[in-house]
Amino acid sequence: MSDPANPVLRLEALRKSYNPGLPNEIEVLHGINLSIGRTDFAALIGPSGSGKSTLLNLIGLLDTPSSGELYLLGQATSGMDDAGRTALRGHAIGFVFQFHHLIQAFTALDNVLMPLMLAHGKPDKAALQRARELLAGVGLEKFAASKPNQLSGGQQQRVAIARALITEPALLLADEPTGNLDTQTASEVFELFRHFNRERGCAVLLVTHDPRLSATCDRTINLVDGQITDYAAAPGSFN
Amino acid sequence: MRSLWIEWTLAAGFLREGRTQSLMITVGVAVGVAVIVFISALIQGLQANIIERTLGTQAHIRLLSPDETNVLLPVPSGTVHLVQEDQRAQRLRSINNWQQIIATLDQQPLLTAVSPVVSGPAFVRRGEALESVALVGIDPDRYLRIIPLARYLVSGQLRVGAGDALVGTILAADLGVRAGSKLRLDTGQQNSTVVNIAGIFELGVRELDARYVYLDLKQAQSLLELPGGVTVIDLTVTDIFAADTLAAQIERLTSLNAESWIETNAQLMNALTAQSLSTNMIMVFVAISVAFGIASVLSVSVVQRTREIGILRATGATRQQILRVFLIQGALVSLLGSNAGIAISYGLVWAFNTFGPGLFYIPVPPILVLLAILLATGTGVLAAAVPSRRAAGLDPVVAIRYV
Ligand SMILES: Nc1ncnc2c1ncn2[C@@H]1O[C@H](COP(=O)(O)OP(=O)(O)O)[C@@H](O)[C@H]1O
Ligand SMILES: [Mg+2]
Repeated sequence: MSDPANPVLRLEALRKSYNPGLPNEIEVLHGINLSIGRTDFAALIGPSGSGKSTLLNLIGLLDTPSSGELYLLGQATSGMDDAGRTALRGHAIGFVFQFHHLIQAFTALDNVLMPLMLAHGKPDKAALQRARELLAGVGLEKFAASKPNQLSGGQQQRVAIARALITEPALLLADEPTGNLDTQTASEVFELFRHFNRERGCAVLLVTHDPRLSATCDRTINLVDGQITDYAAAPGSFN
Repeated sequence: MRSLWIEWTLAAGFLREGRTQSLMITVGVAVGVAVIVFISALIQGLQANIIERTLGTQAHIRLLSPDETNVLLPVPSGTVHLVQEDQRAQRLRSINNWQQIIATLDQQPLLTAVSPVVSGPAFVRRGEALESVALVGIDPDRYLRIIPLARYLVSGQLRVGAGDALVGTILAADLGVRAGSKLRLDTGQQNSTVVNIAGIFELGVRELDARYVYLDLKQAQSLLELPGGVTVIDLTVTDIFAADTLAAQIERLTSLNAESWIETNAQLMNALTAQSLSTNMIMVFVAISVAFGIASVLSVSVVQRTREIGILRATGATRQQILRVFLIQGALVSLLGSNAGIAISYGLVWAFNTFGPGLFYIPVPPILVLLAILLATGTGVLAAAVPSRRAAGLDPVVAIRYV
């Protein structure tokens, strides 16, 4: 059960404008207030262009808001520099993208290890062990030495999920992770998120267009024109 | 400091994946380095050879008595003094105190040899043939350290003294003499003597081979009527390119005229300097074009890897890490390329030494090899700087959206 008083993520009046100060300035997010609990499994839904990717990139500290405050694990992030944001992102956040974004020059195992290698250098035995376990967890233990171009789309997305989990993040973000997969593969990948949410207790926030998938989530957050219109919350996850 | 292991791993992985591009820049660097190393080895070899040949037959510095000038009586101040003056004819005369001067110069650590010489004009006669020559009286032990006559001896023995003399090949041919023949030497005065030709040398300089007759110092002194005197002191130095500054110092020290080989071969030195300048320019321009090649190929690679750079940033890479990944790629290809280039230039030098005109031998100094590798790698890193900064400056959000 998540503790509403100690959320993994809290947004206060978060706004985001593109091209600030220019004639083509456009505000995409108009003051978002949102809180995600430590074990939430939430879907972010909304029409195309409503600002879902923008919001996810802000939460993932890949981008900076124009105003408002974003608390990750209780830490305010507005005053942080690039190095501080990179470090916090490194241990708090796992990111899965719509396009199975892997580094083509490296094997599935190396891709899974990448966040650890970037933070700590050459992986030790324990790290290798964990990466193999994660690959096994997404059903790819046999493909550890394969390059991304030898894997199917669904397999690549599962490698990306394993990579997002290697740092044991508190919050897993996924931007249309099943958008490019067929229905069967999509529900398998979705099941993986469910599995890790239950097994490891990490919060999950994922963007999806598929109503059948979002219906199975504990929470649904509806974003329309840069504003959250309603919550469909499972009992207990939100008060 | 944290090790750069992941940066090296990523750089090597990217280079391996973009095999064709990596190969192209590596070949570019290799050709550039090969050209630079070969040309500078060739020019260095050529110039060293020219200088060695030039200095093989002359002293680095020659000390001579200052010219005799007319001494004018001082006039009372305020008077105009008109003088019609004839320059004095310079007679053959000895350097004052030469023994002491030589003792002083022997102590100088920058000088490798000091050799007193007496030289003056004479005629040689054999039958009807008459040739004008230069008598050169030497102290063989000292003189051989200035000019290694043994290396130039073509027949007979290297022996002066007790009526023995050495003559050049051209003079020997003109007079029809061989080692063992006799010659009569005339020095204008009543002095005349017959010497035995102990050996015949060939210095390779026409003027010297036709005119030089080497004698023992004592015998030449008495023939030239300069008993106990010497007219020239020959010197060799440790650093041949510092010969002119050293000559100036010695001139002040001894108040003799000091001529360095640089001064007497001014035209040659000008030619060599001009040659060095033009090869340096070629090398600079080759280096610049190689640098632009590296920069442009890496720029293309940054654009191609925009999305991957975004992923790396999203999975925890800092801007500094991205910067280093691309700088290392520049360093790696230029290191690889310069090593290949060195191998190629060794091949070229070997081919030149084996099949070339054979006029001279080109050595490849290890310092040149080391310098070329360092310089090429430095250039590679510099050339990679611009594309690397672009990669590091990429906005991760934009990079991820980039498909
Ligand atoms: N870099 C940008 N510059 C300007 N406008 C942008 C930029 N990125 C996104 N937008 C605009 O912001 C709005 C929201 O985009 P996005 O967050 O991608 O929506 P979604 O993911 O919900 O489809 C869109 O109208 C889009 O055109
Ligand atoms: Mg989107």
